Amino acid sequence: MSEAVEITINGRTVSASKGELVIAAAERAGEYIPRFCYHPRMSSVGMCRQCLVEIDTGRGPMLQPSCMVPVAPGMAVDTESETTKRAQEGILELLLANHPLDCPVCDKGGECPLQDQAFSHGPGESRYVEQKRNYEKPIPISELVFLDRERCILCDRCTRFADEVAGDALIHFIDRGNATQVNTYPDEPFSSYFSGNTVQICPVGALTASPYRFKARPWDLEQVDSTCTSCSVGCRISVHSSRDRVLRFQGVDDDDVNWGWLCDRGRFNFESIHSEGRLAEPHVRTADGLTSTGWNSALQVAAGLISDAIARSGPASVGLIGGARGTNEDAWAWAALCDALGVTRRDPQLGDGLPASILGLPRASIADAAAASTVILLGPDLKQELPVLHLRLRDAAVSKRTRIIEFTSTGSGLTAHAWRSIRHAPGTVADSVAATLADPDVAAQLAAGPVVVVAGRADLAESPAFTMAALDRILSAVPAATVLPALRRGNVVGALSHGLAPSTTTDTATAILRDAAEGRLEVLILLGADPLVDHPDADLARRALAGAGRVIAVDGHLSTSTREADVVLPAAIMGEKSGTTANLEGRVSRVEQKVTVHGTARPDWMIAVELASMLGHDLGVGSVEEISARLPVGVGGIVTVAAPASAEAPAPSVPLGGYDLRLIVSRVLYDSAVSTVESPSLAGLASGAGLLLHPLDLERLGVPTGSAVRVTGPRGSVVMSVCADDRLQRQTAWAPFAQPSTDGVSGDIREVIDAGVAVTDVRIERL
Amino acid sequence: MGTYPWAPGFIAGDRPRIVTSRFEFEDSFTLERYLATGGYAGLRAALAKSPSEVHDQVRASTLLGRGGAGFPAGVKWGLTPEGVFPRYLVVNGDESEPGTYKDRLLMERDPHQLIEGCLIACYAAGLSRCFLYIRGEMALAQERVAAALNDAYAAGYVGRNILGTDFGVDIVLHWGAGAYVVGEETALIESLEGNRGMPRLKPPFFPAAIGLYGKPTIVNNVETLSNLPFIAANGPEAYTAIGTETSPGTRMVAVSGHVQRPGVFEIVNGTTTFRDLLYGDDFCQGMRDGNDLKAFVPGGGSAPWFVADQLDLPFEGRLVGAAGSMLGSGAIMVMDSNTDIPSAALTLTRFYAHESCGKCVPCREGGTWLMRILERVVAGQGSTEDLDLLLEVGSSICPGDMPHAASAELGLEAVPFPYKMTTICFVGPSAYVPVHSALTLFRSEFESRVTPSRPRVRIPVTAAGGGA
Repeated sequence: MSEAVEITINGRTVSASKGELVIAAAERAGEYIPRFCYHPRMSSVGMCRQCLVEIDTGRGPMLQPSCMVPVAPGMAVDTESETTKRAQEGILELLLANHPLDCPVCDKGGECPLQDQAFSHGPGESRYVEQKRNYEKPIPISELVFLDRERCILCDRCTRFADEVAGDALIHFIDRGNATQVNTYPDEPFSSYFSGNTVQICPVGALTASPYRFKARPWDLEQVDSTCTSCSVGCRISVHSSRDRVLRFQGVDDDDVNWGWLCDRGRFNFESIHSEGRLAEPHVRTADGLTSTGWNSALQVAAGLISDAIARSGPASVGLIGGARGTNEDAWAWAALCDALGVTRRDPQLGDGLPASILGLPRASIADAAAASTVILLGPDLKQELPVLHLRLRDAAVSKRTRIIEFTSTGSGLTAHAWRSIRHAPGTVADSVAATLADPDVAAQLAAGPVVVVAGRADLAESPAFTMAALDRILSAVPAATVLPALRRGNVVGALSHGLAPSTTTDTATAILRDAAEGRLEVLILLGADPLVDHPDADLARRALAGAGRVIAVDGHLSTSTREADVVLPAAIMGEKSGTTANLEGRVSRVEQKVTVHGTARPDWMIAVELASMLGHDLGVGSVEEISARLPVGVGGIVTVAAPASAEAPAPSVPLGGYDLRLIVSRVLYDSAVSTVESPSLAGLASGAGLLLHPLDLERLGVPTGSAVRVTGPRGSVVMSVCADDRLQRQTAWAPFAQPSTDGVSGDIREVIDAGVAVTDVRIERL
Repeated sequence: MGTYPWAPGFIAGDRPRIVTSRFEFEDSFTLERYLATGGYAGLRAALAKSPSEVHDQVRASTLLGRGGAGFPAGVKWGLTPEGVFPRYLVVNGDESEPGTYKDRLLMERDPHQLIEGCLIACYAAGLSRCFLYIRGEMALAQERVAAALNDAYAAGYVGRNILGTDFGVDIVLHWGAGAYVVGEETALIESLEGNRGMPRLKPPFFPAAIGLYGKPTIVNNVETLSNLPFIAANGPEAYTAIGTETSPGTRMVAVSGHVQRPGVFEIVNGTTTFRDLLYGDDFCQGMRDGNDLKAFVPGGGSAPWFVADQLDLPFEGRLVGAAGSMLGSGAIMVMDSNTDIPSAALTLTRFYAHESCGKCVPCREGGTWLMRILERVVAGQGSTEDLDLLLEVGSSICPGDMPHAASAELGLEAVPFPYKMTTICFVGPSAYVPVHSALTLFRSEFESRVTPSRPRVRIPVTAAGGGA
């Protein structure tokens, strides 16, 4: 806490910190001041006037909004005076004047700040007998959010959030005075990745999210705090369920991580817990295809496949891909099983991350990054891949604490806030970094204070070695810099840290798949992995699943890859199991079981323990608690297990030349990932496959925008529809990863990517 | 007879004139006329002195702001934090208070005087850029000021190296989009920045500290600035020689309503009384048709009303404040004995309810609620309970004692200005002020309109605890 200031609240002397607002100081002192527009994570506007209290700064008591007034020495605050009470009652009566009072059919009823504060601070009755304001009852303002303007009290929370926090100012006040309303621009929906937060912070039932509308009453909900594992930010959530079904996630304000915010994918993909694609029982492939069976026989078949393979060709003929979707306990158990069997080939990433050696570098936390004087972005567009980390860094940049230096091929959600946004073609980032570091202004900025590098995989059509080489350059130029690994998968850091990291480059997922494709792998275990959809090299993945002797899939859903497996073991997914997870910082937090597992599914760790026992090994654990006790770091700690060093050779830059376009493929928030596809509310939000080019390149190629072209790369060719986008550089082409074909024309861009080629140059022909 | 066809509404009279000295010339808005009548002499005189000397002159003149609050301009200029640059001058030409039409005449008839005033203010207060915000509806004023500014740029009075010195300032013109609240200085700044015209809360957004684009900003009214050329050219003594010590100089007042001769007058500040103004031969020449005076609004539509008891008060802010109202924007609206008081109150309240920006709940909801109740009452469908409800709803906008005038007839003592308010700016209270004045001074006129209410049975409500 900074400098202390003494004030009196209702006659009691209270210590507050300098700059703290009266409303916050009073709340800490146990004096709750009613409020609607005030939100501790946003700037104050003093709009609702509900928090008026009498404040005396030496000139007599004056009614002032306590959300706008910072504490000052000697200030006397009276939250209970007659004037204060009269003012607060008056405001509440006015707020309710045009409120429809449809609480019995309002989703917010029972957890509504307006309802609660009308009881605690209101006059008890209304004298308003005039006609109330009428608007069309809820209008959709996006695919996910409905707006009821009659209930709205115009507190400016959602509009402020959209503008200040998310940077998507797509909702705003329109009209004036008594006719003021919140709305979108005409024909422009509130299509923000963060729209669900507005629903959570709405102090009335004006904003509701379609997945939760009319599903439950708040007093029927059970809740437990947990962690979102949709990506590796690890936002703290509260899981709400009723009648054994998860009905919503709410963000929990964690100072270190998410500040209460969630992205829409994380908030709404709970729907996949109860989706139709869930696996309810084990399956074994017979002559009739996948046939359901009991656990005992399925495990026996799986154990038999593994033991036969090891007996015949040794443990190197077994490979395991996945594990990043599970808990730390799951990772530990599967790693223990592999260790017991002598299987060394394991990788929780799917050729879409960075070498595990990045975890051995000096680690930064999210808070470090948000407080650093410089953040170097050497990775993907965080808004697309790690949305809440994007919000934290955006806040750091907007509030001028932090300068962002961004190395990107396409621009990103933070480009507008970056101090330097430096473009490079795929394969040349190290040169770009070297040139930038030579700039004296940049050197001065890097010397000015702490530097955090956020490093991740920006381009799935490019070898990760380029990023690692660029990272090496930065770290040798700024030895004090720390690294925040922007690896994307939910518990990838936990899996890498708890024994599932590949020990050599021949153990990576791509190497395992290559061996499988060439018939050198007897058993391929997919631990919640879907390489047919998720590996950048579609052709390799296809050949691998066809070429592997046998495939054992442990998965919550019947995914594309699971359909090809020989043994399918249904797994419990997040919400159905307890344990711990580690976010990208390595921060360990709890995930909690809230609902009964689907069908006979079991948590991954239990499957590993049982497989081990069938294979004659005792892992020595019988419960998740026993495994937790064996983990090196408990809840709240940071996993710092040194990951094995990378043996990949640093790649030289590959200059651009000829008539080729260099392909950039990166992820967007909504893609064909199983948790998105299996969530009905999110499934339709994917942008769809397509290819973007600089308009001048399109002109040069004589291709009109919107037309279909044949894209030919090192692996093969695919038809895509093409559009112009002037944010791209010349001679590059961008395509979103793992997108459904929504235009009926575009194929899967992964068809042209060869995981063995350093960069992907493509040619484009008109059809 | 002291009126000019090219300055409709203006009545010169036999009085000292400072800001309207050129109104007698048909071409007073041209640079030629301006220069021929001593124009830009004040700027020359100011540039010959140091900025702080000019600032001292303005301080010594006790020039009071003419926008409504009556804060001394010289003091206001001194409120900017030291060493923070750039700092801006914003000219509030968004004159929209009901009954007020003096700034429009000043901009239409003497735009160079305003420009010269801006330049002197920028020089004295160290302001690097001036933003001249003119109300959207004032097409002629916009045209005249724009033409004058072009001429002044061409003649080297505005821009770089003004009159050969190293002093330079640019003036940026901006037209409003027609919102009353933008006359409030922080809402004007929001509007100038391209946002919705909504007031900012003071503190922390005192324009002098955090104003336009977050920089220290002085916001001055058109009439205030139009006084500066005279002060700079003739010295503060010439200015304070007119009027009283606390209210020196002249001020523009606009009289409308039931008088024989409504119009805009430049009157001597501090000594002229309301009786002089409303009944003087040189001014309004009494009530129309020889009727009696019923009430008048002394300082724009948002000022509490006065009655005949207050006629002998002079135009002196403190005295008017103690008597329960304010001088405000200098608009006097006169109601004679034929006036239907509830309708008059409704007219004013409807305006302020309509002009609410929608930011503060008491104004947004309360203003419209007041209007609805009044509509009922005026239509003869109200009850006696509605009259109390008007005061109750009003007290949610203005808690505590409301200022009002004394009335010997009713045995009322004055309650001095100002009121307390639960809103950020004065628009919300302004919707209630006419209701309160009318109900306090003319309650019988309301009571004759309404039917007695049936007694209500109040069912006690037990408050439950808890919060959000």
